[in-house]
Amino acid sequence: MTLGLFLTQTLNGLQLGVLLFLLAAGLTLVFGIMNFVNLAHGSLYMMGAYFAAAVFNATNSFVLAGVVAVPATMLLGMLVERVALIRLYQRDHLDQVLATFGLILFFNELVRIIWGPASVYMNAPEALSGTVMLFGFGYPAYRFAIIAAGLFVGAGLYWMIHKTRVGMLIRAGATKPEMVAALGVNISLLNTLVFGLGAGLAGFAGWMAGPILSVQPGMGEPILILTLVVIVTGGIGSIRGAFYGAMIVGIVDTIGRAFLPTLLREFLERSLAQAAGPAIASILIYLLMAVVLAVRPQGLFPVKHG
Amino acid sequence: MRSPQLWAAAVLLGLLGLVPVYAAVFEQPFYITLFARILIFAIAALGLNLILGYGAMVSFGHALYIGIGAYAVGILSFHGVTSGWAHLGAGLAVGAVAATVVGWVCLRTSGIAFIMITLAFAQMFYFLSVSLKQYGGDDGLTIAARSDFGWVNLANNTVFYYAIFAVLVALLLLFRRIVDSRFGMVLRGCKSNERRMAALGFPTMRYKLAAYVISAQVCVVAGMMLANLTKFASPSFMQWQASGDLIVMIVLGGMGTLIGPVAGATGLLLLEEVLAGWTQHWMVILGPLIVVIVIVSNRGIFGVLAALGRTGGAGRARPGGTSGEAR
Repeated sequence: MTLGLFLTQTLNGLQLGVLLFLLAAGLTLVFGIMNFVNLAHGSLYMMGAYFAAAVFNATNSFVLAGVVAVPATMLLGMLVERVALIRLYQRDHLDQVLATFGLILFFNELVRIIWGPASVYMNAPEALSGTVMLFGFGYPAYRFAIIAAGLFVGAGLYWMIHKTRVGMLIRAGATKPEMVAALGVNISLLNTLVFGLGAGLAGFAGWMAGPILSVQPGMGEPILILTLVVIVTGGIGSIRGAFYGAMIVGIVDTIGRAFLPTLLREFLERSLAQAAGPAIASILIYLLMAVVLAVRPQGLFPVKHG
Repeated sequence: MRSPQLWAAAVLLGLLGLVPVYAAVFEQPFYITLFARILIFAIAALGLNLILGYGAMVSFGHALYIGIGAYAVGILSFHGVTSGWAHLGAGLAVGAVAATVVGWVCLRTSGIAFIMITLAFAQMFYFLSVSLKQYGGDDGLTIAARSDFGWVNLANNTVFYYAIFAVLVALLLLFRRIVDSRFGMVLRGCKSNERRMAALGFPTMRYKLAAYVISAQVCVVAGMMLANLTKFASPSFMQWQASGDLIVMIVLGGMGTLIGPVAGATGLLLLEEVLAGWTQHWMVILGPLIVVIVIVSNRGIFGVLAALGRTGGAGRARPGGTSGEAR
């Protein structure tokens, strides 16, 4: 079991990490640039998954599902931003948290009305339904595809932020929004675009996650909370921090759940280990975050500007 | 009794105190349970308001302490300990330890990171309670009987209601003292400008941590009452939506006002009840309503009243400003 299982679980951890990164990047961008905390980010991910599942069930095409779901989520995000959230940029974080909390309630109930309370299913595409052999162990090809797609998107994001004009404006807007506006850049449009980008990434994550997780109302919240852990651990506002934070959280959580109960059995009495193992495994990442914050309150990879 | 705020507070408390009477007159015993729930959440929101309204520490994880209180009752009852004093002692002891440790870590951060880390800690305890398979895990823990406080027979719903009401009134009086005391002044000073308070020589971290622990303990007490009311302790008490609801109550009622959380809890829970009567999808109405309330006004019911009562400065009541009532 050991090596093969360990390898499989590490890959599972990477795959969770990639999904978390897609969400954390959007959340941390919006926070870094607009100083806005968007708890409804998990709802956008859920909407992305539902859009993808709906298109998939209508057309049976996985690719078409993504082609529709990602822009649809992006548009939905920009719409929500324009209608409601734009009024809250100047307010304190408490108001932002509350308003986006209200949005979560709304979206969860909305999908329950439209698609019903039960899970909606979608399948991985035919081409990726097999397994890939790796050092003599099989691993689902679709999960590999998620890791690859996530890393690809991450690299694209890095390129966009560091090498393009839009990226330059985004970085400038994060540091000195008034100055960027004074130079004649439409900062409000830039904000909407950044929000749309974040929503698009969330929609992408929802589309990718559709075939491996059940698409159901409230699916956004557990992953939102993991995402918050990621960006707090990694350093709020930093894309690099979001990436490393996501990988650390993804791997620690998966490996912890897989091996900690067995590991504890080596040291503790069987009954005690049986009880404590799953409990400790499920809170491992929160302990990790608490330790990181106790030692470095600004996170592991804080933004260096200002 | 000149300010409209005090009048409204007196009317609100008077109406809440008469609930068992209506319930008896209209033969609707259900009202007692509904309003007992409202009072319990009013107590929890009151506790959270000490740090949120007066100390500007936005804790998104206070449902954690409601859960600790509920599980103190649940676990002790499960092992056959029915004494209410034992429940209270155990709940407050565990609550004090948890709040001190969690508060110490959380208060190292501020602003948005504080919101997120308090949320994460609440989730941590939530998952911990889900994994406690011997105490029901996901399904929660049924409690056989209410806590036994000797001569106060909590098994009687009316007695139980008035016991909760008495605790609420006592806490309101206590909090009024706290807010106006030196301790409360330091706390409010930290809200306005923490750096200046530190420069004045106040150990701000200690004050904030003390306030955090007090506010957590009030929520522990609320959690014990909730477990007694529902005869149930469940991980769902600690769900993060519960923490969000507490904040909504405070903002709806007016944060930084003493009676605001009571008004907010009454308003929100009654609204939920009414909306749930209309449609099972009531959250689709409540969600946007919260957004609108936040966008339109962040002063809340009692914030507006406080602004009306303030002589001369009616126009510039800051959201969550200092408690100007009854001066």
